Amino acid sequence: MANHSMPKKSTNVDMTAMCDVAFLLLTFFMLATQFRPDEPVTVTTPNSISEIPLPDADIMLITVDPDGRIFFSIDNQKVREDLITKLDEQKGLNLTEEEKKTFIIGASVGMPFNRLKEYLGATPDQRAAMDKQAPGIPTDTIVTSERHELALWIKEARYSNPKLRITIKADGKASYPDIKKVIGTLEGWKIFKFNLITGLKAVPPGTAAYEEVMGGRKEG
Amino acid sequence: MAEMEVADKGGKKGPGVKKGKKLSTRVDLTPMVDLGFLLITFFMMTTTLNKPKTMEINMPYKDEIIPEEEETKIKESTALTVLLSKKHRIYYYEGMATDPETAPDVKVTGFKPEKGIRDVIIKKKNDVEELKRKGQLTAKDKATILIKPDTSSTYEDLVNILDEMAINDIRVYAIVDITDVDREFIIATEQAAGE
Repeated sequence: MANHSMPKKSTNVDMTAMCDVAFLLLTFFMLATQFRPDEPVTVTTPNSISEIPLPDADIMLITVDPDGRIFFSIDNQKVREDLITKLDEQKGLNLTEEEKKTFIIGASVGMPFNRLKEYLGATPDQRAAMDKQAPGIPTDTIVTSERHELALWIKEARYSNPKLRITIKADGKASYPDIKKVIGTLEGWKIFKFNLITGLKAVPPGTAAYEEVMGGRKEG
Repeated sequence: MAEMEVADKGGKKGPGVKKGKKLSTRVDLTPMVDLGFLLITFFMMTTTLNKPKTMEINMPYKDEIIPEEEETKIKESTALTVLLSKKHRIYYYEGMATDPETAPDVKVTGFKPEKGIRDVIIKKKNDVEELKRKGQLTAKDKATILIKPDTSSTYEDLVNILDEMAINDIRVYAIVDITDVDREFIIATEQAAGE
């Protein structure tokens, strides 16, 4: 009887189950996605064996692109608001509420203070074009110097959020003196502990770290 | 799935319109699944599930007010100086070249997995262990590496050498500014190599 009915079966497949799975996954990815504002520069970080994940909150991100331009960003919008308001007052930038808002919801900034108003007042397309030409945040050798704008950014950001963890995201091709400028600034503020953002690479076999990893796995 | 109910309601109009009743209540879900997977693909591409990894780095504490006797002293025999130079080259020598009379034996290597800087570091570690066994060093002494990146080196070199510290379990290392003496070593080694 069962054999007899076989050829009559329709070729239609019940899509319900597949549909369920598809939408379940869809929901998962929708919730897991975090839309971040586009970073102004693309940076290819070098790889390391370190597996420490980047913390979720309270991050100060200093980006260095291959040409050594420095971009600055912090994560929390509340802190960004606090920061831009203070810098506006200190540097007399005369930013409008609209321009401040652009900074608050925006990404990294690589403009010196004298061009910040012009930058924040521009349309998103114009800003993208300006990012390509951006000179980066100016630095100097003495942290208290008026011309050392990066030092001021770091100082004020740390006042806004003392818990900030400092991370440096630099391109592998950036030259050492450019990185040294950033590290030197941090040292100037007596910050000796910070994180470097790196990609992940496998631990090479036959080394001390490899044995440690393997030992840990066996015990676990 | 249940969308076809509309057809059922108007089903009993007459003998000629019975077709409606025979209609399956099944809806073709294929387009919906297509759309679902399209969106999944999109969100999968945009999502940042793999969070970036970070490497923690501690710079030596710099303070003018540290009295000289409290400064950490490194023993010459535990030290290895590594100079990062252009084209991802590494120049290295034993000790710290504190004695201006005797120039150290500067050698050149790279970040190759075989016979690169890693082997040099491992050898240094073993040497220090050996000296400890002989009683020439105390148990507290550890192999110490001084990293001196030259201006022509890149950030990648720095991360790579720091990574080697982690790979080879070197606990004591420091990033130090390069000196003119070290630059001369590099130039002398380059000239000796016929460049």
